[in-house]
Amino acid sequence: MERYSGFGLIKHAIRHHENWQRAWRNPAPKKQYDIIIVGGGGHGLATAYYLAKEFGVTNVAVMEKGYLGGGNTGRNTTIVRSNYLWNESAHLYEHALQLWEGLSRDLNYNVMFSQRGVLNLGHTLQDMRDIRRRVNANRLNGIDGEVLDSTQVQKLVPILNCSEKSRYPVLGASWQPRGGVARHDAVAWGFARAADSLGVDLIQECEVTGFEIEDSRVRGVKTRRYGSIGARKVACVAAGNSGLLANLAGFELPIESHPLQALVSEPIKPVLHRVVMSNQVHGYISQSNKGDLVIGAGIDSYNGYGQRGSYPKIEQALAAIIELFPIFSRVPMNRQWGGTVDTTPDACPIIGESPVTNLFFNCGWGTGGFKATPGSGQVFAASLAGDEMHPLAKPFCLTRFYSGALIDEHGAAGVAH
Amino acid sequence: MKQVNRIVGGRCVDYDAEIGFTFNGKSYQGLRGDTLASALLANGVDVLARSFKYGRPRGIIAAGVEEPNAILQVGATEATQVPNVRATQQILYAGLVCRSTSGSPSLRWSLTGLVGRLFGRLMPPGFYYKTFMFPGFMWRFYEYVMRRVAGLGKAPTVKDPDIYDHLNHHCDLLIIGAGPAGLTAARVAGKSGARVVILDEQAQLGGCLLHMNNRIDGLPPATWLAQTLEQLTGLDNVLMLPGTAAVGYHDHNFIVAHEIVAHKTSGHKMAGHKIVNHAGRDDSPRLPRERIHKIRAAQVILATGAQERPLVFSNNDLPGCIQASATSVYIHRYGVLPGRRLVLMTTNDHGYQAALDWHAAGVAGQESDEKRGRARRQVVAVVDARPQADSPLIQAIRSAGIRVISGSAVIEAIGKRRVRGVKIAAIDSLGGSVTGKVETISCDTLASSGGWSPVVHLSCHTGSKPIWHDEYGCFVPGETIQAQHCAGAITGVMTLGSVLAQGAESGRVAALAAGFSLSLSDDDIPQAEAIEEAPGIQLFHLPHIKSTSRAPKQFVDFQLDVSAADIELAAREGFESIEHVKRYTALGFGTDQGKLGNVAGVAITARVLGKSIAETGTTMFRPNYTPISFGSVVGRDCGELFDPVRYTAIQSWHEQQGAKFENVGQWKRPWYYPRPGESMQDSLNRECLAVRQQVGILDASTLGKIDIQGPDVREFLNRIYTNAWLKLPVGQCRYGLMCGEDGMVIDDGVTAALGDNHFLMHTTTGGAAQILEWLELWHQTEWQELRVYFNSVTDQWNTATLSGPKSRDLLQGLTDIDLSGEAFPFMHWRVGRVAGIPARVFRVSFTGELSYEINVQANYGLRLWQMLVSHGEQYEITPYGTETMHILRAEKGFVIVGQDTDGSVTPDDLGMGWALSKQKRFSFIGKRGMARGDCQSRGRKQLVGLLPVDPEYLLSEGSQLVCDPAQIANMVGHVTSSYYSATLGRCFALALVKDGHRRMGETIYSPGVKSVSRATICEPVFYDPEGERQNV
Repeated sequence: MERYSGFGLIKHAIRHHENWQRAWRNPAPKKQYDIIIVGGGGHGLATAYYLAKEFGVTNVAVMEKGYLGGGNTGRNTTIVRSNYLWNESAHLYEHALQLWEGLSRDLNYNVMFSQRGVLNLGHTLQDMRDIRRRVNANRLNGIDGEVLDSTQVQKLVPILNCSEKSRYPVLGASWQPRGGVARHDAVAWGFARAADSLGVDLIQECEVTGFEIEDSRVRGVKTRRYGSIGARKVACVAAGNSGLLANLAGFELPIESHPLQALVSEPIKPVLHRVVMSNQVHGYISQSNKGDLVIGAGIDSYNGYGQRGSYPKIEQALAAIIELFPIFSRVPMNRQWGGTVDTTPDACPIIGESPVTNLFFNCGWGTGGFKATPGSGQVFAASLAGDEMHPLAKPFCLTRFYSGALIDEHGAAGVAH
Repeated sequence: MKQVNRIVGGRCVDYDAEIGFTFNGKSYQGLRGDTLASALLANGVDVLARSFKYGRPRGIIAAGVEEPNAILQVGATEATQVPNVRATQQILYAGLVCRSTSGSPSLRWSLTGLVGRLFGRLMPPGFYYKTFMFPGFMWRFYEYVMRRVAGLGKAPTVKDPDIYDHLNHHCDLLIIGAGPAGLTAARVAGKSGARVVILDEQAQLGGCLLHMNNRIDGLPPATWLAQTLEQLTGLDNVLMLPGTAAVGYHDHNFIVAHEIVAHKTSGHKMAGHKIVNHAGRDDSPRLPRERIHKIRAAQVILATGAQERPLVFSNNDLPGCIQASATSVYIHRYGVLPGRRLVLMTTNDHGYQAALDWHAAGVAGQESDEKRGRARRQVVAVVDARPQADSPLIQAIRSAGIRVISGSAVIEAIGKRRVRGVKIAAIDSLGGSVTGKVETISCDTLASSGGWSPVVHLSCHTGSKPIWHDEYGCFVPGETIQAQHCAGAITGVMTLGSVLAQGAESGRVAALAAGFSLSLSDDDIPQAEAIEEAPGIQLFHLPHIKSTSRAPKQFVDFQLDVSAADIELAAREGFESIEHVKRYTALGFGTDQGKLGNVAGVAITARVLGKSIAETGTTMFRPNYTPISFGSVVGRDCGELFDPVRYTAIQSWHEQQGAKFENVGQWKRPWYYPRPGESMQDSLNRECLAVRQQVGILDASTLGKIDIQGPDVREFLNRIYTNAWLKLPVGQCRYGLMCGEDGMVIDDGVTAALGDNHFLMHTTTGGAAQILEWLELWHQTEWQELRVYFNSVTDQWNTATLSGPKSRDLLQGLTDIDLSGEAFPFMHWRVGRVAGIPARVFRVSFTGELSYEINVQANYGLRLWQMLVSHGEQYEITPYGTETMHILRAEKGFVIVGQDTDGSVTPDDLGMGWALSKQKRFSFIGKRGMARGDCQSRGRKQLVGLLPVDPEYLLSEGSQLVCDPAQIANMVGHVTSSYYSATLGRCFALALVKDGHRRMGETIYSPGVKSVSRATICEPVFYDPEGERQNV
């Protein structure tokens, strides 16, 4: 793999950029792989990368029905944080956050991880109780976090409406300085390029239409484009389409797929330098390095795979943003779009074995999977390469819904993000 | 008149109404009817912006919504700033103040321009992914610099003084686009009696009729337009919405359209047709600035027309390069000729119109130009990429003495801040390479036409992928998903006659589909004079003598500086999906969303990949078609109306008493009632002791109240609640616990049997709406066989709670109900009169004291309250708020769902196993969930009390708890409620602790930031554990 650097850029500039290598190959699949990963989004590509890099498993293919990173990876609002309430999720997301901190150099691809800090606002007394509880838990888990009062919040975000007269005055916030945003496409491409260079085959425009299953054991996948392809293990990382894949394998997942929308403003001069989220007013926002205000809307309550949501959710999201930032009222909204999120009953992912032997699922990240991308890929890769699930992944097994060992993050992170 | 480029004959401007405006601090004059763009062009302002990456000077290239360069900051005062206004869409008004949004320190001397010239070569697409990684700590600095150059306009720094409205429309037929096709469709459908809405993004209806020359039905286009508009105005069932852009096409034929009300000015030349809200802001300042029309249409006709594609050649971004059709628009609509010497470059016959218009304007203005000693305006040459095209239009150009250079192309524009000339060369028939000698021609304007792109955006919003039409050379709407029809140029058909015929037919078909039949007569289909055309060729990216990577930049997407070389590079690097090309190069990510450049970008990608355009496909267009302000989307749902505030009938009294309020759900509830000089804790102590020793009064009206009736109400409650409801006698109440399917507590409250088939359910204040939805969900989706009906009556009843040992004495003095313990026991309710008001009195208690909740019709609420307070004076009645209520209930160990529970707590965890009925025939919601192994196992967090070892130490709510202060990461629980109790004379808390029920008496630790505090685990009931006080 050609190493990217400022020096290399100059070298190529002299040659009019005519000799850049491909970022990844475009191979035809082999007949047999050790591991096939279904889904070429951030999580799937990260899984492939860590399999190859850390566990030496390179006979791996990633099957993507569209283009790499074209699902939720390329549709989210790119917020990264690890201040989750429960130990199980806090450990997993913090593991991811630590990988984020070295990711650009690890991948030799600048994913523009910008640790500008994340504020979760509190507007009611109960919000503040929950914030204190969460920050206390985070700190004891070794995760950075502070409880701020409204004066401190105002200092961090001078343009935020902290007036006591507002409908739901800002009483305070939790503050995670290490949180931030990243460039979502670059994450998919960085992992893709690095995985490809280690020998992973990235097969685009290749939809998996079924599984080869013998005696409850998976033997490979069926594809429309290339027929059957064999594999010792198959790992599905297909977000909103996970339920469909499970059906193809003959079982059901406790997952509902919903539309989730986001929108951006036209680029304006930088005015918002932090990530601001609010449960009560129900909006979240950051400003990209290009100048767009990136805003997340609420989840639609109906099920759907359309990657389009309903207009009232856009109205509600902007009403919340204008309540928090009245000065954005005259800013033009440029574009809205939607993704399909895979939600579970306890708002936590499913990472683990399935009823079919050697068929694994990593899904159910719902509205907040982007932030976990490297961590999810790393623990999933470790689990696929070894004989048992990674300790950080174990609590997120599918069987928790039968045993009742749920990890309910609804209360702590009610806002879709 | 200083407007150097103004000529006579503009159809839409009023030459007698000069108005002043300023751009970058300099004053200019324009005419009423101008757009900001036409006024700037009239004044010869060439450079309006600097490009994003290379800081190159940019001018106006288009005349409509697709303009990528002329993005200005408009507004005279800080509060009225509007960022990112397209000059082509802004109607000029007197006193308009605007500034460029790029170029630092100035447009003329731009630092980014210098950086772009020096280092532009280091900025291929995605260069930022390949660098700025070393050393890691420097990223913050790199990012800081990046952010400094980002963004176009500025958000205002103060609150928006304007208002925005929403309007709903329901119609049989919505026609989007009021050009020849849309207007014809409206005329036909209007006659059928269907309710028709026709809207157009431009302030004047007519579309291309406003600037074209072709006669319709033998009439000049302006006359035909005026007649048609008059006909439509006469139809009551037709609503016309000019200046209203359809920006989003959603499911179920729901269209969001955006109207800029403030920009509308009176005095248009085309007056006479019905304009809703035509009054300008000046006349009526309370008009909204903008308005969203939410339109639900049975049928939709997309008559959105097409946008002209400029050609891609070297330095095609120089000011003076312009769309051919935009030239005609500026000439005919605004009387502006944006230059003197024109070279026209075209791949089709349509482009010739611009040259003809320019030539005619030049001839007309020859005399006056000579008088003023100015150079004559002329067409220097027409460069036609087609080798041997011939048609009447081309002949007309030739006979005007204009040089036509066939089989050639402009390969490069020359100039620094404005086109000074062009390099022209013969090219091969496929447009792949330069075949002849390069000739340089001097000119100051270069108009180009590379064919047309139908405006398929709205069709794409519905999820339909556009398809490439090889014959027409453009993307046309794909599969029809909604009840949608297309007419006119959007279908790729460009001849006026066909456009008009399609318009009439679509009007008939759509009206028929909406249930209105009619047959078309010949009169319904306007006839246009047929003009013979030579076929155009598909050419997007013109060759240069150098390879694309080495030629001067050939721009595809102007705003984000995406060049043909960038797209080729992206494809070479493996970004082969058109979505990857878009995301990697930022093609189409600008504020024009690729309206000008997308098709050329697709074509270049296709060529590099050796695929057809059809195979390559296009990216999806998303709402909004054109940007709209946040404020307009929000409408009135901001400020006070963001979320309605709910007050009880007692609010005025609470305010008079100086109560502090707390937000609970949507309600404002009195938090506590401070007296002068009191601290909050002083007030709480006073209120608590008053309830424990005398009597207190609480406004409990906000508790959710759901009236449930029907023969199966008992069975329904039995399934919804964990405890038993089949046998509760009428006249009694019962505390109920509600769980989700997972067995976790979601709500609680007291429900009373008002009759055998009639119950009143109380919910928590914040949970009322969700619980009503929960009941309806189960009833409507799972248990439809149960005959039961729900009705929210929260607002209908007002509740005053008397609590404390003196409450009985107080109330007895005001009521005819026998309040004696025998006649009216605990957990019963009675009907009677209180202070003469019909009332329902519940004897329940959340404080542990003898309590009565008096419910009256809400309009009597304040009267009742006043009577209770004045009668209660003799008992030293004390109003108390939610905080005191919380302390008192915590002393009794009563939980608050949502504070002491968090969605992971079962009734057993709360020590409320007694509320689980084991003998329900049908089961209840949550029974199975809570029976799962891990919900029964050891190690669950359970509700306990905590007594801090230091009785004065108040544990912080939300504190985490550990068993061993040396192992702080091993958390075993957290503090859910914590108070100082005046009754107990010490601090106490409630907590959820792992295996708490088995750890009574153990010491537990709460690690704080600086120190660790200690507490003893105890039963969660701190006061009157036998319940004697409430039961007296």
